[in-house]
Amino acid sequence: MTFSPELEAKFDKLLASYPPGRQRSALIPMLMFAQDEVGAVTPEVVEEVARRTGVEALQVEEVVTYYSMLRRKPLGKHHVQICTNVSCMLRGGAELWEHACRKLGIGNKEVTADGQVSLEEVECIGACSWAPAIQVNYDFYHDMTVEKLDRLLDDLRKIH
Amino acid sequence: MLYNEPSPLEVKVLTRRFGLPNSASIDTYLATGGYQAFRKALGMKPEEIIDEVKTSNLRGRGGAGFPAGIKWSFVPRTSPKPKYIVVNADESEPGTCKDRLLMENDPHQLIEGMLIAGLAVDAHAGYIYVRGEYRYLIDILDKAIAEAYRHGYLGRNLLGSSFHFDAYTHTGAGAYECGEESALLESLEGKRGVPRIRPPFPAVVGAFQCPTVLNNVETYSAVPAIIRDGGAAFAALGTPKNGGTRLFCLSGHVNKPGVYELPMGFNLLRMIEEVGGGVPGGKKLKAVIPGGSSCPVLTAGECDLAMDFDSVAKAGSMLGSGGVVVMDEDTCMVRMALRIMRFYAHESCGWCIPCREGTTWLRKMLARLHGGGGTASDVSLIGELARNMLGRTFCPLGDAAAMPTIALVEKFRDEFEEHAEGRCRYSHA
Repeated sequence: MTFSPELEAKFDKLLASYPPGRQRSALIPMLMFAQDEVGAVTPEVVEEVARRTGVEALQVEEVVTYYSMLRRKPLGKHHVQICTNVSCMLRGGAELWEHACRKLGIGNKEVTADGQVSLEEVECIGACSWAPAIQVNYDFYHDMTVEKLDRLLDDLRKIH
Repeated sequence: MLYNEPSPLEVKVLTRRFGLPNSASIDTYLATGGYQAFRKALGMKPEEIIDEVKTSNLRGRGGAGFPAGIKWSFVPRTSPKPKYIVVNADESEPGTCKDRLLMENDPHQLIEGMLIAGLAVDAHAGYIYVRGEYRYLIDILDKAIAEAYRHGYLGRNLLGSSFHFDAYTHTGAGAYECGEESALLESLEGKRGVPRIRPPFPAVVGAFQCPTVLNNVETYSAVPAIIRDGGAAFAALGTPKNGGTRLFCLSGHVNKPGVYELPMGFNLLRMIEEVGGGVPGGKKLKAVIPGGSSCPVLTAGECDLAMDFDSVAKAGSMLGSGGVVVMDEDTCMVRMALRIMRFYAHESCGWCIPCREGTTWLRKMLARLHGGGGTASDVSLIGELARNMLGRTFCPLGDAAAMPTIALVEKFRDEFEEHAEGRCRYSHA
């Protein structure tokens, strides 16, 4: 399969980052960057990354099933991740989660019918002092309220 | 740049550049004494560097609190194998958000710490293992690394010496378990983050089966100040055997949550009241998790406490990763216990049966109790089950799940018993 020139450059850099014979080390970063471009770790991505890192496809599969951020199927264009762990919970994270589910009519790791927004209840994202916090793809949103989340979800549904 | 309004009670050593214009740039770093410690370290013998770090009483900021200088001294410097520097930037302990700030606001301080560690143990390459969710930090760190190469602080023959060093970023992909050092190394090698059997410890058999120094972001970030100002000066900032400052992440029910750099041994009640502005709404303090969710909870009565590794251990908890989670009088402790256990059950890698089965069983029992469907015997069983997990797993995740559970049930047993009768005094069950 073919990737963008930017991703190819990233792959080249990664494969040169580890000691000789240790190309397998590039596996997880390659899967993450490939997923960002392709939308999911598809069977084709597994084959391609296996080939380039010199491991069996099965060994890549083993890794994919372990890490929570790696996924087999694409999620929404805007993947909204709401933290409900302790620091966020104490400041309303659970209420944000319930509100988002109700508003969008979807549950954990589900996607809206138009493919625009998906939801995930996540564990601590390292924004405890700015809780409750969420991430949309890789962007952080701190000190959230139900009102702010409401507006954000409305906006995300319109950004194609 | 993300940081909070500083407190006048802070002692800013690691965070001294926070808030400066372009604090992450090498220009700002160089204009504020940056890379001077590395220059100084180039003129020191490796043993002198390690001695300085030992003198500083710098203890591992990831949570275990192991003396950094001693850890470095375990690396067999004369081994013919290459040695590696690995940075644990897999910050995932619930309640902890400090390494993120150190990397975002001052990435060169971290790189300089890696360089000095490299000189100390004869390592010539370093990897920064960043949790997958912190993708934006990979960009910031890659930019800083590129700047350091351009200015001759990374690469070959650094500052005219024979020393060379390369630094790389490496992204994780979502796994709390990879914050444990041996699991992190497995992950760095492209595998599932399942812990290794130790010994051998990473100092001898670490990354790529070679001797490795593995420390937390905050630990490395303290090293330039230690070399620049001397280990004794750093040690003097803290309490005996607990050198320096600590980045405390105040979260939960405080008026001014934030990350504050305070001297080791700073009083916890004062931290909540004077640094964090107290509990909102005039409510009373109920309890505090002093160092991330794996640390046993302290009741309000136990919080008149010096926040250093030894004092918090003496109080029956842990200083951990610096995540101070504050709970007001209206906090349901069964709900806390359930949320904490949901996390550990989710993150258990499944290798050790006491952890895999124990966390899942505890989660189910706590969910039942919280939902009003538990029985009185559940309350005792929760404690008993958690105690049976202690010390019976390869890595500390099993203990991390058991310890807070045991403390919550012991210290707030009446609330658990009320739930067993179908009542919650806070009624948001």
